Amino acid sequence: MALLGSLLPPVVSLTVLGVFFGALLGIASRIFAVEADLRVDQIVSCLPGGNCGGCGYPGCSAFAEAVAAGRAPTNGCVVGGNPVACEVARIMGTEALAVQRRAAVVKCAGSSQRAAQKYDYVGYADCGAQHALLGGAKQCPYACCGLGTCVRACQFGAISVVDGVAVVDRERCTACGACVAACPMGIIQLTPYDCDHEVICSNPLPASEVRDVCSVGCIGCELCVRSCAAGAIHMEGHLAVIDHARCVNCHVCVDRCPRGIIRYLGDRVTVVPSLGQGAEDRAAGRT
Amino acid sequence: MGKLLLIAINAILIENYVLVRTIGCCPFLGVSRKTETAVGMGFAIIFTMTLSSAITWLANEYILIRYNLEYMQTVTFILIIAALVQFVEIVLKKAMPALYTALGIYLPLITTNCAVLGSALDGIGRGYSFIESTVFGLTAGVGFTLAIVLFSGVRERTAQNDIPKAFQGFPFALVSASLLAMVFTGFTGLTLPF
Repeated sequence: MALLGSLLPPVVSLTVLGVFFGALLGIASRIFAVEADLRVDQIVSCLPGGNCGGCGYPGCSAFAEAVAAGRAPTNGCVVGGNPVACEVARIMGTEALAVQRRAAVVKCAGSSQRAAQKYDYVGYADCGAQHALLGGAKQCPYACCGLGTCVRACQFGAISVVDGVAVVDRERCTACGACVAACPMGIIQLTPYDCDHEVICSNPLPASEVRDVCSVGCIGCELCVRSCAAGAIHMEGHLAVIDHARCVNCHVCVDRCPRGIIRYLGDRVTVVPSLGQGAEDRAAGRT
Repeated sequence: MGKLLLIAINAILIENYVLVRTIGCCPFLGVSRKTETAVGMGFAIIFTMTLSSAITWLANEYILIRYNLEYMQTVTFILIIAALVQFVEIVLKKAMPALYTALGIYLPLITTNCAVLGSALDGIGRGYSFIESTVFGLTAGVGFTLAIVLFSGVRERTAQNDIPKAFQGFPFALVSASLLAMVFTGFTGLTLPF
């Protein structure tokens, strides 16, 4: 009886507290319920769930919310491909759209022979570390460091460093965007896979400054703009930019460019070296 | 006012929860990789500690002491803090979505954090009044934020370093945390006129 007497107060008080808080939370969740779009959960359940960020949103659930709110297209999930796009379109009650395959492209062609060096870099083989030193070892402030931070970020082995510049194998690329986020220079872009050419330069400075630092960089002569029958090229600063929605793959700009900086991307697909080769590249970048 | 100031200095520097008393190391080591997330975590801790110190003081004074149940402080406080944080989270989601998205992901992580419970128990154990206890909770949270933000700066700067393989990752984090803690032990020499 004495045992029961000493046992009773804590048991009773904790039970009362527990029930009280349980009821409180239960009521609160009703009163303060936030109306959620049911379609969000449905969309999340049919997405791959890898949270890769290839759609441009922080994760699958953020993408689902954006789709439900009408801010993102139903075919935005690149990893899921057409089956997922169909499913999402069915949930949203809209017509299914085919997924546009995209691939990354490193917008720099300033290999070690073409781009002038600012200094000899001796340090960690990491683009971020080199970028922290006066914005990189190449004189061009938009040049690829070539130390392979994107190579290590790529889960699919689609990037290799060739001659001091990173090159993407567009066949292997899944457009997950990991390299875009990893590049400290911000010169990797995702472009439509079908679009065959791209200006492989990110430098918007005028010709006088570009010529000093790189033998191939875009000088903003606008020959391509005038030659493009589809009107797909415009200038951003002194840099030619191709609007892939308008480009008809006619190759006129490739032939016309005096610097040869508009490239046919099929030629830039390189065989990715084995891991040992990649390690040698990094070692070479280090010395 | 003077006493509140002393409590604040004591909680932030001299008895810094993480670095001097080594309480609440889990979020300190877990979310200190980036300054951004460390700041978010810090504010969530400040918020929770202040609130829980105040509420548990009231619960202690008006429920536990009245019914002679002081020995049940620990278990009751855990229950109160967990329920309180959940409740606040639900309310925030509805009333202040901006604050919810800023703190939201961190709040569930620290509902039963030992530093939060520790600040509630400490405030009462030292016989602080309601105001003093709340200020103690607030400033203990500020001390935690200070520690985690400093530490995240260290980790961000050393992230690129060429660390010997055996020390990479967690061992290096622990070593740098201990160095930071040694700095804070310097404050123990301060004698405050309590």
